Amino acid sequence: MRPNPRLYPLLATIAIFFTAYLLCWLQFPFMLSTRVVGNLLTDNAYLGIVAVGMTVVILSGGIDLSVGSVIAFSGVFIAVMLRDTGLHPIIVFALLLVVTTAFGAVMGAIIHGLAMPAFIVTLAGMFLARGAAYMLTIDSVPIDHAFFEALQDSHWRMPGGGRFTLIGALMLLAIAGGALVAHRTRFGASVFAIGGGPDTARLMGVEVGRTTIGIYAFSGLMAGLSGIVFAIYTGSGYPLATVGTELTAIAAVVIGGTLLTGGAGYVVGTLFGVLTMGLIQTYIVFDGTLSSWWTKIVIGVLLLCFILLQKSLLRIATPVRASSEG
Amino acid sequence: MKRILLTSAALLAGTAASAQTVGFSQIGSESGWRAAETTLTRQEAEARGIDLRFSDAQQRQENQIAAIRSFVAQGVDAILLAPVVATGWDSVLEEAAEADIPVVLLDRRVDSSEDLYLTAVGSDLVHEGEVAGQWLVDNKPEGECRVVELQGTTGSSPAIDRATGFRNAIDGAEGIEIVRSQTGDFTRSGGKEVMESFLQAESGNEICALYAHNDDMALGAIQAINEAGMNPGEDILIVSIDAVPDIFQAMANGDANATVELTPNMSGPAFDALEAYWADGTEPEKFIQTESRLYTQDDDPMAEYEARKDLGY
Repeated sequence: MRPNPRLYPLLATIAIFFTAYLLCWLQFPFMLSTRVVGNLLTDNAYLGIVAVGMTVVILSGGIDLSVGSVIAFSGVFIAVMLRDTGLHPIIVFALLLVVTTAFGAVMGAIIHGLAMPAFIVTLAGMFLARGAAYMLTIDSVPIDHAFFEALQDSHWRMPGGGRFTLIGALMLLAIAGGALVAHRTRFGASVFAIGGGPDTARLMGVEVGRTTIGIYAFSGLMAGLSGIVFAIYTGSGYPLATVGTELTAIAAVVIGGTLLTGGAGYVVGTLFGVLTMGLIQTYIVFDGTLSSWWTKIVIGVLLLCFILLQKSLLRIATPVRASSEG
Repeated sequence: MKRILLTSAALLAGTAASAQTVGFSQIGSESGWRAAETTLTRQEAEARGIDLRFSDAQQRQENQIAAIRSFVAQGVDAILLAPVVATGWDSVLEEAAEADIPVVLLDRRVDSSEDLYLTAVGSDLVHEGEVAGQWLVDNKPEGECRVVELQGTTGSSPAIDRATGFRNAIDGAEGIEIVRSQTGDFTRSGGKEVMESFLQAESGNEICALYAHNDDMALGAIQAINEAGMNPGEDILIVSIDAVPDIFQAMANGDANATVELTPNMSGPAFDALEAYWADGTEPEKFIQTESRLYTQDDDPMAEYEARKDLGY
């Protein structure tokens, strides 16, 4: 059986991740410890979760630049609410998710209703959310709550001393949930259809408006969830946190094999994209002599490779005459 | 064959025991001072035969947390941390404590419990202001002394503390009075502009001394005083804080009078504390205050300039 060409980028991502891990392990045998594996999941949990939302957005051919600011806003919102009101964290989390989901939905409605580019609308959303975070506080606010500390501390101690934390588990759940939504639901099929071309999708009977709102609402929900995870991770809210995380998330999605123009990709690929980026960072810390800016350089090179790979796959997948058009 | 293996294993174990590995999570390289701190930490580690693993967090706390976790996973012998913010370190410090890895904080503090780190090395900002003030008390000319002050960024802790310390020192002294005080935002251009307005506002009145919260503002002010046709360092005494290389050049030229050092060598005392701890488990004090040394024109400023100019300032 000849594998589907659409699977190539995903397979390439997985192959790169395991090859890179093998190379790291050969140089630093410590890399294959449960501690490192646990750290990879924990340290990248917030990024993985937000990248799930970003995957769905990019699958539809859109982009969401607001998510980094939404994460910072979420952390500050949680910290300030817990400091100033007597509400239980669970209620604060629920309120927050409603706010961020609505925020995403409004952006989706504007993108569809006014036929504006997602780039501009979510750019405005980025400034709005960051500004809102600064309105709440300009300081870094610690979170002191017994329930919160319990969340921070919940982990399963793996053999070898590594910690499989709650937030690491949450990320894996988010990936699984995102994969179900994208690949097994009607909504997911509509997302892929819009990514292939909104006009065709409309002809196919997809409700473009409702789906667009749903896509950005989903991204907002994931950004809010990621904000909760980030607040648990750092135990504080800081309005300057996660500047530029939206771009890291986009990079993770593309390295994960999703086509930047939309219509093709897998949520599980994003997990490997995130882990590959985490692995590069871990390697550089283990080495301890390289400048940490190498992380950015390697990610840049990987991104370029994936874009080239996608381009060439498109050439292979489409009939020869298509090449004369573009 | 077996014997060779055994000896090589013993050799490996021997080298592993003597060369300690220390992970250093640095905030970033946002200022010359921080770059100098990084350079000095590398030099100190090399001089002591310590294997230093360096990680630049690019101003992001999540990068610092990830780096500390990686250091713990690697099983380093100690961790140096210059935290970017004060909050949110509890859980990662607990992990290090659980793995019996001592953590030493450099230059900034955290709001976590003191049990979670071995010690913190830092400078006392109020004390820096006091040293600067004391110098003026001891060196002011006869009679009345009218002082102008260039403050740091409004509301920042160095600006508040350095202002407090200076006032503490001149409080009891006869004849010293702060007549004007404004922020120059810690920058050279800010210092120059504000000094120009001071000179205009005080024209006719004699200004006896300038106190700047950092050297950069003092250097800007020196330019303004020169442009006003006066002689900095003689007509107006100049004292500031930080001890960056350029101020030594100004002191060598006679344009500045004194500076208080905010030493970038935080790692020296940190390594001292760690070595004592490794040797026999000595617990250091929870706060190690670095020396706030005063430099004047008599301290061979040119040599000090030469010593500092390659540290990355």
